[in-house]
Amino acid sequence: MKLSSFKVLIPALALPMPAFAADLELNIEIPRINAAEYHRPYVAAWIEKADNTVASNLAVWYDVDMKNGEGTKWLKDMRQWWRRSGRSLSMPVDGVSGATRPVGQHALSFKGNSKPLAGLAPGNYTLVVEAAREVGGREMLSIPFQWPGKAQNLSAQGKTELGKVKVTVKP
Amino acid sequence: MKLKLLAAAAVATFAFAGAAQAHKAWLQPSQTVFSSKGAWLTVDAAVSNDLFYFNHVPLPLERLQITAPDGSAVQPQNASTGKLRSVFDVELAQEGTYKIAMNNEGMFASYKLGGEAKRWRGKASEFKAGIPAGATEVNASESLGRVETFATVGQPSNGALKTTGKGIELVPVTHPNDLFAGESASFQLLIDGKPAPGLKVEIVPGATRYRDQQNEIHLTTGADGKFEVKWPAAGMYWLETASEDAKTTLAEAKQRRLSYVAVFEVLPQ
Repeated sequence: MKLSSFKVLIPALALPMPAFAADLELNIEIPRINAAEYHRPYVAAWIEKADNTVASNLAVWYDVDMKNGEGTKWLKDMRQWWRRSGRSLSMPVDGVSGATRPVGQHALSFKGNSKPLAGLAPGNYTLVVEAAREVGGREMLSIPFQWPGKAQNLSAQGKTELGKVKVTVKP
Repeated sequence: MKLKLLAAAAVATFAFAGAAQAHKAWLQPSQTVFSSKGAWLTVDAAVSNDLFYFNHVPLPLERLQITAPDGSAVQPQNASTGKLRSVFDVELAQEGTYKIAMNNEGMFASYKLGGEAKRWRGKASEFKAGIPAGATEVNASESLGRVETFATVGQPSNGALKTTGKGIELVPVTHPNDLFAGESASFQLLIDGKPAPGLKVEIVPGATRYRDQQNEIHLTTGADGKFEVKWPAAGMYWLETASEDAKTTLAEAKQRRLSYVAVFEVLPQ
């Protein structure tokens, strides 16, 4: 992990700073679901490289406050996130993990020059959001984007466990 | 008496694994991917026609071996054998991959005594004492069969998957707890620690009760003992292969029957 961020730092230093002045905004909608037993979904948002490896984790929402860390038990239900990254992390992760969120729109914004985007090399990436709900379903949305590139307003519409997911890149 | 009968049933199953009408032995894990240490796994162990339903005999648990990621042996908990299945729990105290295995080593013989056909089953060490004096037409063979499954907490690891160099064993190229629908996985099969070319492998998806065909996948290992399978869908899969040779440990046994079974869980994309 350390090595790879080091690698991408080198070209970053070689380029003029303005190329990295982009910010990223993410909006995740948790839809209202009529269920006899409703639990807030576990949600992970991350940035993938073309080869499906994880470039950066943006958010992991789970039951962080359960005693004895029992909330981690269901992290593996976000299957692709678990496989790509979660199983090699030690939870909670500072600045990435947080409590589950209620139904509604949740805006997150990330500065290009600080964690978790600092060191993201210019290129094509995919933003992935995966949601899994206890006694419910699972859904994953992928939105390709360019970093830092031009201004981009992108979105994907979930069908079951996710509502609309919006990504804005602001150079 | 009952235990002996069950053991006999299991041995018979291993002995005839590979035949078209064979019963299938299996260890089915409740799940294979865990995110926290201290989780519990429960496993069903049975022999049946259908996957994975309890409709024939349980697998006896005497030969159960559970290996932790660090290579140490783990004791099963709450073990019980019923009419149709055995069941046991495993506490997953470590990070990494556990191997749950049933290792069956045995010998069986047919002979005639006073014109009557008889059969004997047991360990190779009991063979001499087990066949009565005056027995004729003694025909003995050895068998070595493994039934395995795997479960992982956190990152998959290979410490528990070390091979012993005896009989048929599986070497992961793709880790057995990292399998996904629509993707290919490859494994290597060894016989006595050496790559086993030309082994026929049969893979059957579970839930056979809810479809008309077995949907077997037939594969053959290459010169390096490797084979590759593309998982058509998510679910539990049963894999079986068998072989025969003359590499017996006892001179009285003319042939050795080897078999290997594994149960894998393939997850949706």
